[in-house]
Amino acid sequence: MTHPTPSQTVGPFYGYALPFAGGGDLASGGIVVHGHVYDGAGEPVPDALLEFWQADPAGGLRGAPGTLRRDPVTGAIVGRHGLDFTGFGRVATDADGHWMLRTLVPGLPYISVCVFARGLGHHLYTRAYLRFDETDRLLAGLGPQRRQTLLAREERQGVYVFDVRLQGERETVFLDFR
Amino acid sequence: MTQEQISAEIAELHEAYLKEGAELHHAARDFAPYRSSALRHPRQPLVVVDDPEAAELAGPVFGATDVTALDADLTRQHRGEPLGERITITGRVLDRAGRPVRGQLVEVWQANASGRYAHQRDDHPAPLDPNFTGVGRCLTDDEGRYAFTTIKPGAYPWRNHVNAWRPAHIHFSVFGTAFTQRLITQMYFPGDPLFPYDPIFNSVLDERARRRLIAAYDHDLSVPEWSLGYRWDIVLDGPSATWTES
Repeated sequence: MTHPTPSQTVGPFYGYALPFAGGGDLASGGIVVHGHVYDGAGEPVPDALLEFWQADPAGGLRGAPGTLRRDPVTGAIVGRHGLDFTGFGRVATDADGHWMLRTLVPGLPYISVCVFARGLGHHLYTRAYLRFDETDRLLAGLGPQRRQTLLAREERQGVYVFDVRLQGERETVFLDFR
Repeated sequence: MTQEQISAEIAELHEAYLKEGAELHHAARDFAPYRSSALRHPRQPLVVVDDPEAAELAGPVFGATDVTALDADLTRQHRGEPLGERITITGRVLDRAGRPVRGQLVEVWQANASGRYAHQRDDHPAPLDPNFTGVGRCLTDDEGRYAFTTIKPGAYPWRNHVNAWRPAHIHFSVFGTAFTQRLITQMYFPGDPLFPYDPIFNSVLDERARRRLIAAYDHDLSVPEWSLGYRWDIVLDGPSATWTES
């Protein structure tokens, strides 16, 4: 087995390269998922980059190209055309450490979240569960307090809150895939 | 903090890693010499997901509409030519079984030849280059190959400690076929005298792993009277499930 290329932090200056307008708008007419990213002192993290990957409403995981669809004349990113569901989103936190996603309810109970930040040498995976599923192996294996960090709270109909705490009290459960 | 203190911390952590005897491939998330890691790494161990149905074993896909032909040449994105040493960087994106990762998105960003990023929060008093933004994208071909034309970035000062300088580097963002293979990293240039001083480069505790972050100068890739060539292959990590699927 070949050795992998090591990770390095995304650093502070990815802002003109990776985020793009509408990066969190996977689909309209569905749900909103939003939240903050906090550090170990409970301070918001204004330079985190979050990526989201999810099943389509039928549970399909094939995705579709076109998240970064380009204008052939100017090269500008015009984004998803709205017919296909690409399943992928990318959002930088704002000055308040806040992010927002507009998407459809996935056919699986969760949305996969990948967290990058200045100061973080290797990205972290977590999951935003939109519903509690007793048969879910990950949730079943966690104590109630830690499990709570993966459950998005529906603050009003169709609007879910999911905060990411990188460290400390109520630290988010982060995942390792084997 | 002085460079001496930072260097002593780095040496101590590298020594402790060698004593431990485990082989770690990636940057340590808890690496005190990189100051801003202190409050931004989890203290709880990661929770292992061993689920063949996990969504993360699939991943986003990209296609011809997601890139333009100009994206891979960072020297042609403005009216004039950028200042600096013109270079090409090419290599293959592979999985851990050595198979090419085809048709996937590779993104790069970097400072200009003076070591300045086109980002309003970069206040390094080095000149911006009106002919260089420093952002590129491409899709890998059927052999997993990517290629960029750009200029060699300058070293870059930062405020981690007094007299902190980053070795010249290009940021790479790479997708695999599974979301678990996602990688953001930095490519370095051979022979950089700043390597021993840099807490970010040295946050990769394993010396052989650090060497995998350094591109090779390849004279066959240099173009007469035009550009210098570098080669850098990228191997994506991922759970064993992604190594064995057909």
